[in-house]
Parts: sequence; structure tokens; C-alpha cells
Amino acid sequence: MTAADLSLTKHNADKLFQRKRLIGFGIPAVIFAYLVYIFFAFDISGLAGRANLDNAVTLASDSWSHKVHVTRDNRSGEISYAVEGERKGRYPEGQRPGWVSGDEVTTIDLGGDHIVRYLPDNRTEIEIPGFPMIEVQAEGRSLTSNLPADLPDWISASNRRIGITTPEGRITMTGARTEVFNYFPGWELFWFTLDSPYHGQGLGTILFGEQIDPTRSNIAGAISDWWNNAMWRHKDVAWAIGETILMAFLGTMGAAIIALPLAFMAAKRFSPVMMLRAATRRVFDFVRGVDALIWTVVLARAFGPGPLTGALAILITDTGTFGKIFSEALENVDQKQIEGVESTGAKPLQRYRFGVIPQVVPVLLAQILYFLESNTRSATIIGAITGGGIGLMLTQAMQTQKDWEEVAYYIVLIVVMVMFMDWFSGWLRGKLIGRKD
Amino acid sequence: MADISLGGAAHSVGSIQSSYMAQVHRRRLYGGLTLLIFVVLMVSGFNIADDRNAGGFWEGLHQIGDYPADVLSEAWEKRADLPGLIAKYFPALVETINIAAVSTLIGAIGGLFLSLLGARGLAKWPRLIAMFRRISDIMRAVPEIVIALVLIFVLGGGPVPAMIAIAIHTAGALGKMFSEVAENADLKPVEGLASTGATWFQRMLLGVLPQVAPNYLSYSLLRFEINIRASAILGFVGAGGLGYELRNAMAWGPGRFDEAAAIFILLFGTIVFFDQVSSRYRNRLTEGQGQ
Repeated sequence: MTAADLSLTKHNADKLFQRKRLIGFGIPAVIFAYLVYIFFAFDISGLAGRANLDNAVTLASDSWSHKVHVTRDNRSGEISYAVEGERKGRYPEGQRPGWVSGDEVTTIDLGGDHIVRYLPDNRTEIEIPGFPMIEVQAEGRSLTSNLPADLPDWISASNRRIGITTPEGRITMTGARTEVFNYFPGWELFWFTLDSPYHGQGLGTILFGEQIDPTRSNIAGAISDWWNNAMWRHKDVAWAIGETILMAFLGTMGAAIIALPLAFMAAKRFSPVMMLRAATRRVFDFVRGVDALIWTVVLARAFGPGPLTGALAILITDTGTFGKIFSEALENVDQKQIEGVESTGAKPLQRYRFGVIPQVVPVLLAQILYFLESNTRSATIIGAITGGGIGLMLTQAMQTQKDWEEVAYYIVLIVVMVMFMDWFSGWLRGKLIGRKD
Repeated sequence: MADISLGGAAHSVGSIQSSYMAQVHRRRLYGGLTLLIFVVLMVSGFNIADDRNAGGFWEGLHQIGDYPADVLSEAWEKRADLPGLIAKYFPALVETINIAAVSTLIGAIGGLFLSLLGARGLAKWPRLIAMFRRISDIMRAVPEIVIALVLIFVLGGGPVPAMIAIAIHTAGALGKMFSEVAENADLKPVEGLASTGATWFQRMLLGVLPQVAPNYLSYSLLRFEINIRASAILGFVGAGGLGYELRNAMAWGPGRFDEAAAIFILLFGTIVFFDQVSSRYRNRLTEGQGQ
């Protein structure tokens, strides 16, 4: 090796290192610059101002707890007890929670020595440890109270409305009504609503105990009351999940059925006419490019909201995707097997059936099953837009901004549903084409 | 002698044939049954979906073209405005693409760590492999819309909730795909680096990443394509970008169809464009691997 060669090699090596160094520092620098741009484009610094931490606290605490409202209507003097303040969670006539006592004076024990008394003539007394007894009188639309002028931050007061928030519960008072909210952990009435005879009965009593409802057997009655629970709507939720899975199933399988013959038309090996091939491919590109979002919007106009619209939107979009994948798989088919089948005198259809299909089926099945799982997730989103399935129930529950425990329930169900479909498609793939690893 | 062996062979051929035919019949029966179940599932599923839909399939079928025709005819009447409208909605498009790009970037970085920590033979803490895999399974299972809706409630509308939601899902999905690649990586460079006393981070950066980078990039590009669609669709539930504008334009109904058409054109063009670009680069990346 001469000196000239050596210096050339060294020069080349130097250049290579220079380039590597440039890439090594350049790529992180570009990424960093992009993130800085995003920081300003998305106004991340203003996020703190827009974020509502109270919402986060409500969400975090309400998703695993519930409250029972004790409400006095100051016009009629009537006191009602209801879980979450909803009509379907109301205690039946003559029943009330165990922490409420007294007839003339209704005493509400919030626990931790926090006591609220509803006195006659719309007077209210509130005992909070470490704070003087609060007395409030409601008259017409205004309130008079003995609250001092400077209030701690857990009390807000005006002559129209007083709000007291303690760790044990919350009290709001207006001229029209006085309300106490008592918080408890857990999802309330998840099994039975208060009007069901099975409420408060243990599992053992229902399974083996005496007949509770004379007209129905215990197990049938309990299942029917649980299934028709008005608060949690188990029946509707089950239907919604079924609808979501149905959308994914119909969409994926329908797309596969339509895409398979079209894929033959788009594969070079099986479709000698160039124009036809190109046209089919453009159709695939088009339906894939017009995203599921646009298809959903367009189809919802024709078919109205519901699971069928979602299924068709998935079907159309995935026909494009499947068509592309299938035709690529068909191009990679081994010619030898087809020739072998042909040598036995097979007709074209038989050649496809015995020469081509066995080769591509594992690839196609793997793709279809993968899409089945991924489309379960898409169906949740499409359901939220087109109005069907668990996605719709979730968006509705979020929009009412009230029943956070239901939101939490739906989220858990959605995650379980997707994981189940993931497991199921993996299991089916293992059964049909053997484990991958 | 010859007779006996011939007779025996004929007998065994006969039994082989009959057992083969029995097998074929059984397979056909099972295949036919599976097909029957599948057809029943499809038909009954279709009927249920049709029942629970607001409008029926057969009544709606001839109306499919109506809405696109309305939109197109109105857009054609006002075609002079279209360039202006496209320019008007271009910032929203940029936002949608930005959401997809940032979430792919963050998700890919997250997926990179999840995959290396969850790959047999590479993990820093081999005992925690199962945990990191479960984490990426759960992140993958949560649909974007769930996280997006919760974050919209807490953080308010805008691109950030969508970005976080898509990034979390992307990290889980890429984590799984990446770890499959990482498990097939050659361990010799890693061992060589370990013998020089390299830390785990250096072993991964210098020993594993150069091997897996083309595949990782190719998967990330594919994910970017998917995320553009996801970010458009999340906009529809209130997370900014083109989807949000589309919902507003739709809410106006007739008279604003030209705006909807402009958004359709932008979205369609973007998806096709990135589809083509990413498939070209992905081909180049995976072709380079064979050499």
C-alpha cells in the first residue's frame, strides 16, 4: 500500500466520521428544534392556565366513590334521600339511610363528629369540630346565618347561597333547598337498586337462603333485577359492547370477503390486463385515503346513526387496506405449486383453490385477525361519532360530567374488551395457522 | 411369495386410501361446519346491526350517493372559493399533522425503552420483563378516545390531549413491534461491548440500535401514517385540528358544504400523500436490510 493510498483512505475515513458526527448531533438537534416549535405551536405554557385541576380532582375522587344526597325542599319541608341525587337512586317511601335519625328534628351524622340538623321552619344547624355551631335560617329566597365575616376557605357564603366543604361531606344551602352530600367509597347500587328486594342481601342469602320475593325464585329474580338495574344499565352496556364488537366483526370480515376477489384483479400474476390492475389499485388507494372518519360522516347521512353505519365505514376503509395487503401476498405466491396442480389437468378455478389459496391463507388470516383486534378499538371511536356501541355511552357519560363512576366503569370495560379481543384473535390465529413463535 | 406380498400391499393401499378418504371427509365436514357457523354469524350479525341502526340498510343504500353529490355540487358551484377555503383550513391541517408527528416521536421513544426493557436477553432488569410487557399491553389496549376524552375534560380542548392519547397508544403498539425485532437482534456486539465494560445504555445505543434502526424507523413511519388518521378522527370529538373543523362545518349543514368539501380534499390529499411517501421510504429501509 503506497503513501498516496493511505492518505486517501485516511481522508475517506475522516469524511465518514465527519458525516457520522454530523448525523449524530444533527438528528437530536432537529428533533429538539421540532419539539421547541411544538411547544409554542401547541401553547404548552398556556396549558397550566387552561387546565382545570378541580375537574381532575372530581374525576379522581368521584370515579371510585359515590354520594348520598339528603335534600330538604324548603317550600314543602319534605326531605328526600337519594343516591347521587338521582330519581332512580331514591330511597323508597319510609326508608332512609342509617346515619339519619329523628322525626321532628332530622339529624344527619356525617361521621367524624360532623353533624347537620334539619330543624322545623327551615332552620339548619351544622356542628363542625373546632368551629362554632353554624345556624342558618332560610326565608323566601334568601338566607340568614350566624357566620362570621372572615370565613375559612372551605366555606363560601352569600345571602343567597352557602356552601360548606368538609372532608366528611358537603353542605349547600339556598333559599329553596338545603342539601347534604355524604360521601362513601365504592360504586353504589352496582348490583341492585334500592327498590329491588335483593338490595342489601348477601350472595349466600340469595343463593341458598329463603325465597325473598314470593313471586320469583331467588336466582332468577336477582339476575333479572341486576340485569335491569336502572342506575348502571347493565343490559344496555352489554348490548353496547356487543354492538362495538359486532361493528368490528362485520366490518373486518365483510372487508376481507370483498377484498379477496378484488385482490386477484390487482395482482400482476393473475390479472394480465394492465388497465384493470391499475384501476383496481386506484380504487383501493381511494377508499383507504378517504379515511374511516369521512366514510362515517357520509354513511351516517344515508343510514342514520347506529352500528350498521359503523360496520360499513370499517368495511369500506378496510377493503382498501386488505386489497393492498392481499394483492401483495398474491404476488409473492410460489408458481411451482400452481404448475403442479395445473399438471393434473386442473381448471383455472381449481388451480386457484388448490394452488394459490393454501399458500396465501395463513398470511391473510393473520392480517384479518390482527385487524379484528385493531378494529375493535376503531369501532369504539367510530361509535362515538356515529352513535352506537360503548363509545357512545362513554361520550355521553363524559358529557353529562356527573357520573364519573360510570365513566370509570365504561373505561374498565373498554380496556377489558380490547384485551379480550387481542387475546381472542391471538388464540384463534394459534388454532388456525399455528403459533408464530 | 410374490402373491402374498402383492396381496399385502393391495390390502395396505386399500386401508391407506380408505383412511385417507375418511380423513378428507372429516376435514371437509369440519371445514363446512366452520363455514356454516361463519355464515350464520355474518348474517345474524348483519340483521342485528340493521335492526339497531336508525335507518335500515336497504332503505339507505340508494341514498349513499346523495350526501357526496350535495357536497360536490355545492363545492362545484362555489369552486372559485375553494382555494381560499383550503388556505383557510391549512393551519388546522398542520395542527393535525403536528399532533401525529409529535405523538409518533414521543411514542417511538417510549416504545424504544419499553421494547429494550421487555426483550429477552437485552433487558436491564430481566426480572421485570413481564412487567414491562404488561405495561405495553395495557398502553396498547386503551383506545385513544378514552384518554383523549378524559384529558379534554381536565386540560380543556386543543391538540395536547390528542397528542398525549395517541402517544400513549403508540408507545404500547410500537413497544410490542419493536421488542419482536429486538429479540431477533444479534447479541454478539452486545457481548463485545459488555466485555469492554460498557454500561447498559451504551450497549443498547452502540450494540443494538444500529441493528434494529431500519426496522424501527419503518414501523414508526407506518405508525405515523396511522396516527394521522387517528389525530383527524380525535379532532371530531373535540381535540383540535382538521377533525374539529370538519365537525363545525358539518354542523352548519347545507350552505357550508363547500367548507366540508375543502376539508375532505385536504384530509384525503394528506393521507394519500403520506401513505405514498412512507411506503416508498419503508420499502427502501427494508430493502437495505437484505444486503
